[in-house]
Amino acid sequence: MTLRLPPKYVPLAATAAVLVVLYAAGCIAYDNFGSLRVLVSLVGDNAFLGVAALGATFVILSGGIDLSVGAVVAFTSILIATLVGRCGVHPLAAMALALALGAVFGAGMGALIHCFGLPPFLVTLAGMFFARGMGFVIHEQSLGIKHAFYVERINQDLAIPLTGHIHLPFTALCFFAALVLAIGIAHYTRFGRNVYALGGDEQSATLMGLPIGRTKVLVYALAGFCSALAGVVYTFYMQSGNPAGCVGLELDAIASVVIGGTLLAGGVGFVAGTAMGVLILGLIQTLITFQGNLNTWWTKIAVGLLVLAFILLQNFISAASRRSVAAR
Amino acid sequence: MGQEAPTERVLLEMRGISKGFPGVQALDAVDFTVRRGEVHALMGENGAGKSTLIKVLTGVYRRDAGRVVLDGRPIDPRSPKVAEALGLSTVYQEVNLIPHLSVAENICLGRQPTRFGLIRWRAIARRAVEALARVDLAIDVAQPLSSCSIAIQQMVAIARALDVSARLLILDEPTSSLDATEVEELFSVVRKLRGQGMGIVFITHFLDQMYEIADRVTVLRDGRLVGEYETAGLPRVRLVSLMIGKEYVEAEAAPKAPPPKAAGKPPFLEVRGIGRKGAIAPMDLAIAEGEVLGLAGLLGSGRTEVARLLFGIDRAETGEVRVGGRPVVLHSPRRAIREGFAFTPENRKVEGIIPNLSARENIVLALQANRGAWRALPRRRQLEIADRFIRALNIKTPGPEQTVGNLSGGNQQKVLLARWLATEPRLLILDEPTRGIDVGAKAEVEKLIQALRAEGLAILFISSELEEVVRTSQRVIVLRDRAKVGELAGREVDERTIMRTIAGHEHGD
Amino acid sequence: MATDRSQRIRREWLAKLVWPVAALALLLAFNLLFTPGFFHLEVREGHLYGQLITILNHGAKVMLLALGMTLVIATGGVDLSVGAVMAIAGAVAAQLINAPGVPFPAVILAALAAAVVAGAWNGMLVGGFRIQPIVATLILMVAGRGIAQLITDGQIITFTDARLVYVGNGHLLGLPFPVTIVLAMLAVTALLARKTAVGLFVEAVGDNETASRYAGVSARTVKFMTYVFSGLCAGMAGLVAASNIKCADSNHAGLFLELDAILAVVVGGTALTGGRFYLVGSLVGALLIQALTTTMYARNVSADVAPVPKAIVIVAVCLLQSETFRRKIAGLVRRRPA
Repeated sequence: MTLRLPPKYVPLAATAAVLVVLYAAGCIAYDNFGSLRVLVSLVGDNAFLGVAALGATFVILSGGIDLSVGAVVAFTSILIATLVGRCGVHPLAAMALALALGAVFGAGMGALIHCFGLPPFLVTLAGMFFARGMGFVIHEQSLGIKHAFYVERINQDLAIPLTGHIHLPFTALCFFAALVLAIGIAHYTRFGRNVYALGGDEQSATLMGLPIGRTKVLVYALAGFCSALAGVVYTFYMQSGNPAGCVGLELDAIASVVIGGTLLAGGVGFVAGTAMGVLILGLIQTLITFQGNLNTWWTKIAVGLLVLAFILLQNFISAASRRSVAAR
Repeated sequence: MGQEAPTERVLLEMRGISKGFPGVQALDAVDFTVRRGEVHALMGENGAGKSTLIKVLTGVYRRDAGRVVLDGRPIDPRSPKVAEALGLSTVYQEVNLIPHLSVAENICLGRQPTRFGLIRWRAIARRAVEALARVDLAIDVAQPLSSCSIAIQQMVAIARALDVSARLLILDEPTSSLDATEVEELFSVVRKLRGQGMGIVFITHFLDQMYEIADRVTVLRDGRLVGEYETAGLPRVRLVSLMIGKEYVEAEAAPKAPPPKAAGKPPFLEVRGIGRKGAIAPMDLAIAEGEVLGLAGLLGSGRTEVARLLFGIDRAETGEVRVGGRPVVLHSPRRAIREGFAFTPENRKVEGIIPNLSARENIVLALQANRGAWRALPRRRQLEIADRFIRALNIKTPGPEQTVGNLSGGNQQKVLLARWLATEPRLLILDEPTRGIDVGAKAEVEKLIQALRAEGLAILFISSELEEVVRTSQRVIVLRDRAKVGELAGREVDERTIMRTIAGHEHGD
Repeated sequence: MATDRSQRIRREWLAKLVWPVAALALLLAFNLLFTPGFFHLEVREGHLYGQLITILNHGAKVMLLALGMTLVIATGGVDLSVGAVMAIAGAVAAQLINAPGVPFPAVILAALAAAVVAGAWNGMLVGGFRIQPIVATLILMVAGRGIAQLITDGQIITFTDARLVYVGNGHLLGLPFPVTIVLAMLAVTALLARKTAVGLFVEAVGDNETASRYAGVSARTVKFMTYVFSGLCAGMAGLVAASNIKCADSNHAGLFLELDAILAVVVGGTALTGGRFYLVGSLVGALLIQALTTTMYARNVSADVAPVPKAIVIVAVCLLQSETFRRKIAGLVRRRPA
């Protein structure tokens, strides 16, 4: 019995395969690689990248791109740290403000892109510069967060105890929750389906009467929100805010999205794929750490080659499907 | 003209519709009526106004004047979405759906059934199956649209239109990419919908199909209404002449016979059985040096497709090409250019001129490309060449540095011609070279073509103006519905014979 | 006819240059009024010094990148990898200069060759495999830094060779040597663009690729060559950067400079969609960006905050270049009298 996978799931399956193979290779090659501790830190350490990459997925699905991710994460982190540490604001209020700001900032970029036809690449580049600089305006140095909410609630109360002394950190829970919500939005809301349509064929989507302008602005607002949320998760993870942090995070996010099977041209892809892509990036890093001899820059080379491999795979599949339709 | 329809049967009535754009009056007081339970064809050559009329109807454009009444109520749709809500649905030639999404989703996109804001996928699937049943289609609705053939995709588009409760369905060139069986399937669906009382507007270039499916036909020409007719009582030849604008030409004084071609010369270009699925059925063609071969046929008959195959833009699937007796494979424009071919495309805006570059740069481009990047033509030489052709072709431009995009259409065409003439080609393929050129310039171009022919150039002359084809060519190949239907030479080359060949001699004189 | 020709060229050229030059002039005027000593120039040991010279000197790297980036963008593409290629070139140079028995010309050639190979890699992906330029160059942007670190074995490699140090710190005829390199590369690029048919092909392909192909231009080759050239420019910028700090720092060399280069090109009048390009405009754009940074520095604004005004400038220039924006503003202005 041959198993025929619908072509649209092939890249997703490929990503899953890579994930499994990498993990298995690690378990075979090194002791303790398969331990629960490693698994937990894999998810916990990369949670903030994961949340950011989920937002980036929507933007890329719509046919756009967002280069401001890293800058917004850093801005959010230092904003929260400053509000909590220097202004006596309660963490929850600070987080709410930060999330609102992220959404508004994203919507602003989306409006510039839609209303004036400016290229997303340039607008989000400007956004990146702006957010990065504003982070330093708020506070020049990194700032630790010592509020009770963080120390007790996040670190202790909300971490789920697993076997032994291992806890599943709250950051991991945030990532899972965000993933579930993202899947819900992508596959069960009209907005999500409009995003796919917009990225698939903007002209047709307009002729079909879909609300293109609203969708574009909302998708960037969503990405801004996710970047801000990633900043919040970042503060959980680092227990501090840093305006100079997360440089190049947007590249990691885009790499995760591509490795996860989403076409950079838009219209095709899965949010779940991005989550797997994030884990793959984390696995590569972990493998290299375990190896001990290979230096961390091999991560960058490996990621670059993986992205290339997936893009060639995508090109191959779409060329093959075009040929099979023409032959009919 | 057709008799007045009893008003309760009239579904759509457009009266006195006018629409102008800067420099051109696209529609001038056009009337268009569609009845319930009728397939109404809309026909006309390029620039006749068909697509403008439809765009006015569906809210893409706003009309300048006139009235539109749908089901007794006057309407004025401002956007395609509003038109759709009123019950007007269009299915375009390029199936405007989202290829990567599923069939079911494409049918329901924008109107998905939801509960608490969340989409109900099973309800979508059910609704899609029902919608497809109305077009006699039962396929897996979960599969991506792109995995279906174009014919099926069109059915899905029609199903979507029906799902939106369309009362008037507009089919814009639906059969261009379909084979005979698929066309039959489409027609049976159209007949079924007609039986249910829908009004269907059918825009096509294919005469045979039009006669098969349409009850009435409205002919437009140059933005004006020529008339509305019942297809049953309209002879083909009359239809063709209405579209082209030529009344029956009795044997008038024979036009100046072009000099007979030198006997015994081997053809410069000899093509056997060249064809490509969806473009042109396998056909033969030969052109000798110093000869003008005309390619005549209605819009959509495959003329440009032949040109593209000969110039290497599209790959031929069948056939053999010989240049000067040597077999060649024309796999790219560069290859064709190296054989001495030149091509002025019909769609000069998109495929011809480089709009933001100057006239000089446009003119020397092909010549320079042939020489390569390193053997650059010195600026003085370029100006010489540009000035020479500006004078020779009488290109109206303030100077050679004028941006080509700012020139009038006619002058842009001349720049394009200049580009190719500068390469001193051996075969010149001209696709609608005089479209959009004023009468004076047209005469110049025709004189030029004869001069080039006298110098020994082989020329393939494609035009929808029969008069021009007859005046310029010594032999004419006639195309209809993507196939060659005749080849005329010598005395046979006159407008009447060409029209009869296009029409197919069916209804007699 | 001759006067008409030069009139037309100059008019279009000037129209595009107006915005960046005006912005630069505005910035300089601001400094003239509010920043004491900004225009102060002095001669020390036969060399010119002053804030204006600093702008030229520090801006040299982005100016070099912008020259190569102009051609790439003119074909409708983009090269995100130039920063990483800078790091690679610097790494190769630093390693070789410290290796015994390697002649100096070979060091320079090797570094530039590595950059050219990187450019060829990009060109192959875009021209040969038809991968979207953003994606194709993104790959090298990510992997390239890893490669640079591989070459330096993760260390920061310092060097003291006077000849290599001269590249970034020396002076020629009173001006810093990097400025001389920029002028030389401008001459080379201008010659390439205007004396050969390369400029014509690049503009044709960027403006209307289909029509160019039908006219016999090999669009794939043209695109390939622009990426190779961009790599070469990045290689030169990388040598200057490494020489400036007398070491090869693979983590930080050229970081974010690709974004500055793209910005310089767009501000300079070349459209992101391709077509006509303006080399001098790109250089002015690069100077504008550097002047912005230097102004901030001279007014004791932290270098970290400088990106904020940069962002505002990007958006402002893009809006001004956007037809939709100009139409909407014109519409607003016209509606008022009614």
